[in-house]
Amino acid sequence: MNDELAIAVDNVSKIFKLPHDKQTSVKGTVISFLRGGKATYEKQHALKNISFEVKKGEFFGIVGRNGSGKSTLLKLLAGIYTPSKGSIQVNGRLTPFIELGVGFNPELSGRENVFLNGALLGFSRKDMAAMYNDIVEFAEIERFMDQKLKNYSSGMQVRLAFSIAIRAQGDMLLLDEVLAVGDAAFQQKCFDYFEELKRQKKTVVFVSHDMSAVRRFCTRAIYIKNGDMLHDGNPAEVADMYAVDNLENMQAQAVKKDSAEPQLPKTFSVASKITKQTDASIVLDVTFKTKEPDDLYIAISVLRDGASVAEITTPLDMELRGNGRVTYTLDATLFNSGMYEVPVVLCKKENRQLVSISTGKNRFVIKGEDPIRGAAFKLEDTWKYHEQ
Amino acid sequence: MKHIFSKQNRVLLGELVRTDFKLRYQGSVLGYAWSLLHPLLLFVILYAVFVKFLKLGTGVAHYPVYLLLGIVLWNFFNEMTTQSLTSIVGRGDLIRKIRIPRWIIVLSSSISALINLLLNLVVVGIFMGINHVDLYRTLLLLPLILLEVYIFALGASLFLSAAFVKFRDISYIWEVLMQAGFYLTPVIYPLSKITNLTLQKLILINPMGQALQDARYTSVTHDTTTIYHVFQGGWYQFIPFTIVALVLVAGVTYFRSQSKYFAENI
Repeated sequence: MNDELAIAVDNVSKIFKLPHDKQTSVKGTVISFLRGGKATYEKQHALKNISFEVKKGEFFGIVGRNGSGKSTLLKLLAGIYTPSKGSIQVNGRLTPFIELGVGFNPELSGRENVFLNGALLGFSRKDMAAMYNDIVEFAEIERFMDQKLKNYSSGMQVRLAFSIAIRAQGDMLLLDEVLAVGDAAFQQKCFDYFEELKRQKKTVVFVSHDMSAVRRFCTRAIYIKNGDMLHDGNPAEVADMYAVDNLENMQAQAVKKDSAEPQLPKTFSVASKITKQTDASIVLDVTFKTKEPDDLYIAISVLRDGASVAEITTPLDMELRGNGRVTYTLDATLFNSGMYEVPVVLCKKENRQLVSISTGKNRFVIKGEDPIRGAAFKLEDTWKYHEQ
Repeated sequence: MKHIFSKQNRVLLGELVRTDFKLRYQGSVLGYAWSLLHPLLLFVILYAVFVKFLKLGTGVAHYPVYLLLGIVLWNFFNEMTTQSLTSIVGRGDLIRKIRIPRWIIVLSSSISALINLLLNLVVVGIFMGINHVDLYRTLLLLPLILLEVYIFALGASLFLSAAFVKFRDISYIWEVLMQAGFYLTPVIYPLSKITNLTLQKLILINPMGQALQDARYTSVTHDTTTIYHVFQGGWYQFIPFTIVALVLVAGVTYFRSQSKYFAENI
């Protein structure tokens, strides 16, 4: 294997045999054997002919929706599962973090757990003794180290586990959804840690649902869907594929459940739809209907990844009465990349009362690479560097 | 299999054994003292029943020590196989989340049992002193016999622990087999009580029967019937050792073939 490479995955498939009624008893096996020879099972192709290579020093992302097979892939890389076909070669020492605090025992003290966890990750007692103070200090639980783990709060347990994890100085790290736990401060610690890893040019394989993290840290990523590897390349492209995929799925779901709206007067109705999306513009089409005489206005929110970035209404001098149709055109070039949602509501001008909510879920995705800049809109701003 | 005893594996093994041992008597008042007290109390019961009431040991020199050694060895085999049987499934959380050599788990549970055996042998030693048992030079052979029992138990443990992942009723079957084995092996009765020579031969073909009798011969009394006596030195006396070797090979082979799939089968 080439010295430049950290991991080489060659044509790997993984098939799980899922028995319809799992026989975990001798009797069951004997009976099903007598009935027709073979136990009935379903073959699940969790991964199909996956090939890729990870170079040393890469921050490599594996992206996919739930059930796409990405965790299976990570477990194959970690050596926990064995591939049904193909081969995986790993060049160097690999430390997997499928979960934090593996092997933690509630009956042991914090101190003992540190050494046990360390041994599971491949560190000797001497190694661990050298790191011990650092770990405890980072976790901020010095006072509790001689207490049993079962008396720790869950937050303390996570902090301890994470502290051990970040001390693990293997050549390669496998990280699975470590970010999914913990509060904002903890996530910040995780991000700082990732920055540190990147700076040290550590090889990292990273599985996540957090596209902003993928855009920010990964140098390369692959996209997996239903066990197939659909893309291998730029993390921004992969994050876009993920967003588009999620969008399609959410739209499919939105069609299914369009009830349970708040109690609104039945005499008003509003519908909306994105009728055109190009790289230059997005056109939103809104129609409303009512027999009431009120003057109305239409309010639109622009949400980016669920957070509101703009609130827009029809101009106050635009009179909307009875039945009508309005189109709203947005300059698409103003947006930074991300997934946007545009909910539409109808209100009375008189008392600003909301009278109807559009059931259409208007969503659009802006593709592109700007993983660092967090603003939804392309701001007219300039940076200048002044040498001191 | 190159790195079987690499530093990493040794560290891990040590840590797992340490944890096992720490947790064993967790929360009990007497703690580690139970490792000595437990076999001692069991021994008192068996002694009362078989030596005092049933008078099974009449005519056997140092019968109490003879009995105790048998119980200690049998308990070791029983404890090691029973604990190892559930060890892989019991450590399922580790196996599904981290890459460690699977056999280390079985080995760690076997070493815990081995430590217990050594503690128990201390008790046996004390009783040998109390009973004024003559020290034979053959006592030096005892470690070899212990090694044989350990290898036999290890082979069985590897097989059982791997099979238990797929077939959960192995544990009940094994419990029954161990109960049967307890009576088929001359643990509590002296072999000399069985007068039928064929039966004696059959009992001694069982590696545990042979090992127990040999252990008693080497360290308690030369008056013990061993496999050497019943077969009068013929080739048949090697049957138990062959069984032990076969069990080990079968256990290792089966374990290796299955261990790749533990993570998905547990």
